Amino acid sequence: MTETIVGILLATLGAGTPLVFATLGELITEKSGVLNLGVEGMMLIGAVCGFAAAAESGSLWFGVVISMFAGGGMALLFGILTLTFQANQVAAGLALTIFGIGTSAYIGLDYTSVTLPNIDPIQLPFLSDIPVIGRLLFSLDPLIYLSFAMFGAISWFLYRTKGGLVLRAVGESPESAVSLGHHVIAIRYLAVWFGGAMAGLGGAYLALVYTPLWVEEMTAGRGWIALALVVFSTWRPSRVMVGAYLFGGVTIVQFHIQGFGVDIPSQLLSTLPYLATILVLVLISRDIHTIRLNAPASLGKPYHPDL
Amino acid sequence: MSKLSVRKTVSMWAAAVLGFAVSFSAFAADPLKVGFVYVSPIGDAGWTYQHDQGRKAMEGALGDKVETKFIESVPEGGEAERVIRQFASDGYDLVFTTSFGYMNPTIKVAKQFPDVVFEHATGYKTAGNVGNYVARFYEARYLTGVVAGHMTESNTAGYVAAFPIPEVLRGINAFTLGMRSVNPDAQVKVIWVNSWFDPGREREAADVLISQGADVVTHHTDSTAAVQAAEDAGVWSVGYHSDMSKYGPERHLTAATHHWGGYYTKTAREVINGAWESTRVWGGLAEGMVSIAPLNDEVPADVAKQVEGVTAAIKDGGFHPFQGPIKDQGGEVAVPEGKTMTDEELSTMEWYVEGVLGKLPK
Repeated sequence: MTETIVGILLATLGAGTPLVFATLGELITEKSGVLNLGVEGMMLIGAVCGFAAAAESGSLWFGVVISMFAGGGMALLFGILTLTFQANQVAAGLALTIFGIGTSAYIGLDYTSVTLPNIDPIQLPFLSDIPVIGRLLFSLDPLIYLSFAMFGAISWFLYRTKGGLVLRAVGESPESAVSLGHHVIAIRYLAVWFGGAMAGLGGAYLALVYTPLWVEEMTAGRGWIALALVVFSTWRPSRVMVGAYLFGGVTIVQFHIQGFGVDIPSQLLSTLPYLATILVLVLISRDIHTIRLNAPASLGKPYHPDL
Repeated sequence: MSKLSVRKTVSMWAAAVLGFAVSFSAFAADPLKVGFVYVSPIGDAGWTYQHDQGRKAMEGALGDKVETKFIESVPEGGEAERVIRQFASDGYDLVFTTSFGYMNPTIKVAKQFPDVVFEHATGYKTAGNVGNYVARFYEARYLTGVVAGHMTESNTAGYVAAFPIPEVLRGINAFTLGMRSVNPDAQVKVIWVNSWFDPGREREAADVLISQGADVVTHHTDSTAAVQAAEDAGVWSVGYHSDMSKYGPERHLTAATHHWGGYYTKTAREVINGAWESTRVWGGLAEGMVSIAPLNDEVPADVAKQVEGVTAAIKDGGFHPFQGPIKDQGGEVAVPEGKTMTDEELSTMEWYVEGVLGKLPK
């Protein structure tokens, strides 16, 4: 029984991690007041570029770095359209996804038959020998540790640093931020870039670690789930983690339920991750005041210094 | 006869002769233009990859007698109709539409282009200029089941499945019957991922099956993720569509594979010779439309030999995977001794045979 539970929890970490990266990234972007619907496209570009770089260089870490640059590059493209040229954010984001799906397929043409070696888990000395906990927390693959670190860094940055305060101010009221002497456009560019780099990382986790292969549209809608998670977690990093692991965990648990032969239609079971995640996040965040407090007030509205 | 009508008659004759000459020269010199509509990217393994291998085999066999073109990733529905119509109006003589959801668009376009021959895969509708073809994948599934039945130690196989439709259920049942023909204790656990293609989910489902004791994993989905999961966990895998041994170099036992080249070549040749007729084809091992990938080196020679024996028996009609006695999941006799399921019964199959675990989603 312990074995099954440890198995489920480990699988949950794996299933949740791509969402953790992509959602935390989009959270930062949205906190600056910019809505980038191109997460799916940035994840795919990150996945294919990371995969190609790892395959060509033989270094998985090189692949990871490239995936961040690729995802970030896509986001900059979005930034140029929406921040510099004031294009509509919703339309530009959707276009970015479509562009990402097509372009990643094109880049990936030569890589559909390539396989990569697995990334070995990092076994922390002594700690990984602790029963149960050792396997759950101290012998994971390196990108999962990175996702933990990212969560810590982002929470600290948003709520404990001046930079975080400025970012949130830009998302609340760019006019006030400007009057305080902050460069709104530059800050939004940084936030958008960071969101893209994190989406790229999420894609890289899928293509390099989770299912080490490249196939077209392999993110299979996870970018859209990440977008929904940001909203349902009411723009708070800790709830992003709850949502991402809940989604991953319920997916795994419903497979276990099927495997044990419990008599529930599988079609219904496969809707569970969505239902459970939305329900739980809505319930824990149902206070309208905290939602107002955390939602960036200028989300999706273009800002131009001359207007 | 008035002057006008003489001129009319002459010009009609001229047009007829000219027309004949043009069509004759087309017949003699121009290659047969053959179009293919694919539902997904060709990639390196999977459903569309096998169709494209078939296209290439046809080109290889017929050389400059054919000229082919394919369009990938065509969504089923309205977009498909547009692509199929484009082929027809561009002067293609023969169009293969290779996904179930292309059935109605194919029939619709075929009505408007009676001179073009259409061939639709996996459906059930035909018309004067629309033929229909599908393969008996279950024959290959049965053979892979025989291999899996010998190789399993936990007597449990895991099956990552897409949607509970007759096509998929036939595969699960044939695999289970094959396993139990050599290992009566064998059981098959099925997990439905409710998607044809989502590598992440396929991987998760395979991992869960392995953690629940399956030491052979197979799949009826489109990616290679299940085979990779088995390789990583050190358990056996059985691929589908294509030989997936590249994705599981150590643990890939074999795969149930499809081969369309022979059929495409034969059909194109018939159209060239004017001998084509609309038919419904359901070809199997005997017709070379399905096969299994080379066995893993770890498979003992006597098992390989047995598989060859069963293959030969299926080919010559001496054995049918769905011949009685077959019990259903509840232990009731579903196909009595001496009976074999008809093609009609097979194509509407909606039950599990004995040995499949879990309840069939309705």
